[in-house]
Amino acid sequence: MTSRPSAAALSAAAQSPAIRADGLTKRFPTPDGRGVTAVDAISVTVPRGSVTGLLGGNGAGKTTTISMLLGLLLPTAGTVEILGVDMARHRHAVLPRMNFSSPYVELPHRLTVRENLTVYAHLYGLTCVKKRVQDLAEHLDLSRFLDRPSGGLSAGQKTRVALAKALLNDPELLLLDEPTASLDPDTADWIRTYLERYRLRTGATILLASHNMLEVERLCDGVLMMRQGRIVDRGAPSALLARYGRQTLEEVFLDIARAPDDRILAGEAADAAE
Amino acid sequence: MQPNEGAVPRADFSLRRVGAMVLRYWYLLRGSWPRILELAYWPTMQMILWGYINQFMASSSGGGSGWVAQGAGVLVSAVLLWDVLFRGQLGVSISFLEEMWSRNLGHLFVSPLRPGEWVTALMTMSLLRTLIGVLPAAGLAIPFFGYSVFALGLPLAAFFANLIVLGWSLGLLIVALILRYGMGAEGLAWIVVFMLAPVSAVYYPVSVLPAWLQPVALALPSAHVFEGMRALVFDGTLRWDHLAWAVGLNMVYMAGGIAVFLYAFHQARVRGALLQSGE
Repeated sequence: MTSRPSAAALSAAAQSPAIRADGLTKRFPTPDGRGVTAVDAISVTVPRGSVTGLLGGNGAGKTTTISMLLGLLLPTAGTVEILGVDMARHRHAVLPRMNFSSPYVELPHRLTVRENLTVYAHLYGLTCVKKRVQDLAEHLDLSRFLDRPSGGLSAGQKTRVALAKALLNDPELLLLDEPTASLDPDTADWIRTYLERYRLRTGATILLASHNMLEVERLCDGVLMMRQGRIVDRGAPSALLARYGRQTLEEVFLDIARAPDDRILAGEAADAAE
Repeated sequence: MQPNEGAVPRADFSLRRVGAMVLRYWYLLRGSWPRILELAYWPTMQMILWGYINQFMASSSGGGSGWVAQGAGVLVSAVLLWDVLFRGQLGVSISFLEEMWSRNLGHLFVSPLRPGEWVTALMTMSLLRTLIGVLPAAGLAIPFFGYSVFALGLPLAAFFANLIVLGWSLGLLIVALILRYGMGAEGLAWIVVFMLAPVSAVYYPVSVLPAWLQPVALALPSAHVFEGMRALVFDGTLRWDHLAWAVGLNMVYMAGGIAVFLYAFHQARVRGALLQSGE
């Protein structure tokens, strides 16, 4: 049972980073009883107003991390604070101020785009729901298919609808899991531009998991590199390029992905000490 | 500072969020007339079938001396009330399955929606779906067989309430099982309630059951409802004892259903099932 945070706690929360995770760990049981550690004691601080990229290969632990930050998945160990609010105790106090989008979590197919957005607008407690849906439809170029079933849209259209749902409540924190996956370059560029403008307009914090290094270089102030459930490096894209002596973030990604375990862990220890 | 900074969190339980979820299921329902037709189809077919069986048994049992003949429409009342239990359970389970089929749980539970609000919406939709299904059948029984289940009067509301609440408890249990075992347990939504049919004594008295099975029957609110219904139809008396047992047992079953659902929901968050739900 959760209780309401005190006024003092809310006041302190205003000074806190957008995301603070400490010792965040997730272990899943396996049939052989040994278990698998998907996320291994990561500690992360994401400043307010920043755009941070969460990078790593398949199975590195990005989606598991995002799920724990959202409260969809309970950590085995560690703590998560979102906008200064302890997610374990007061999750529902902060959920109206954040949102999430992923191509792998769909909106109901048989509802029209307008119906889906209307339902979520009410869930987020918005006033003037019709106007909000109409405005978002205009901003995200959804008007042409607002009354079509969501399941019948193209991948690009679905992504824009998912983004509209994620922006309904003008979130202070936006978590995006591969926001431009499987989109053509034109649509992907359109989404990135929209996200840049949204951040400039609202000062929102964005955490995005992506496999697209050009996207990360373009959007992100900071990068968290994950491998085997751990954060093995972090920093501004330019700092990472300089540290690895590379021209592109993709080369840095490959260096990290292909490096022997001992080198990666040594880098992590140095980073932690720093 | 953001506009929401330092704001007092919203109330723990929001009727508006319940309404949003009801709206979501209503959009789905109204968007497909075959779905609405299907809701009323089976109760109506069952009512017609059992109505003719009722007529046949009444006419072939000595012109009024037989058990069925003494209680006009007893089988029609039984089948309609049984459908309340069945539709009540199915209404909760199907609305839940809609979220699983559309892989929507991840979006729902990063919104401010609370499990209790969702459950309330599932129950509200179950009530709507049951009324859409059973009312046309009950209405058609009047021209078909000259029998109105509404003649049972106010006790009918008590029977209806007890059966739909038992349906909700069963529905929550099935939701919990699907959350635990995934879509492989989907079929339970259509079959579990029929395990209760023989021991609910829908079409015959509890006394027909073997002695060892009678305590099992009397541990179910449904058996007390059907016993009470027959007492009203045959003797014109309202059996308060059966009603009290039904209400008391329902409170226990509902508490159990909610507890099992909340445990399964918590475990789904432990296992990551909310994000990976679906076929």
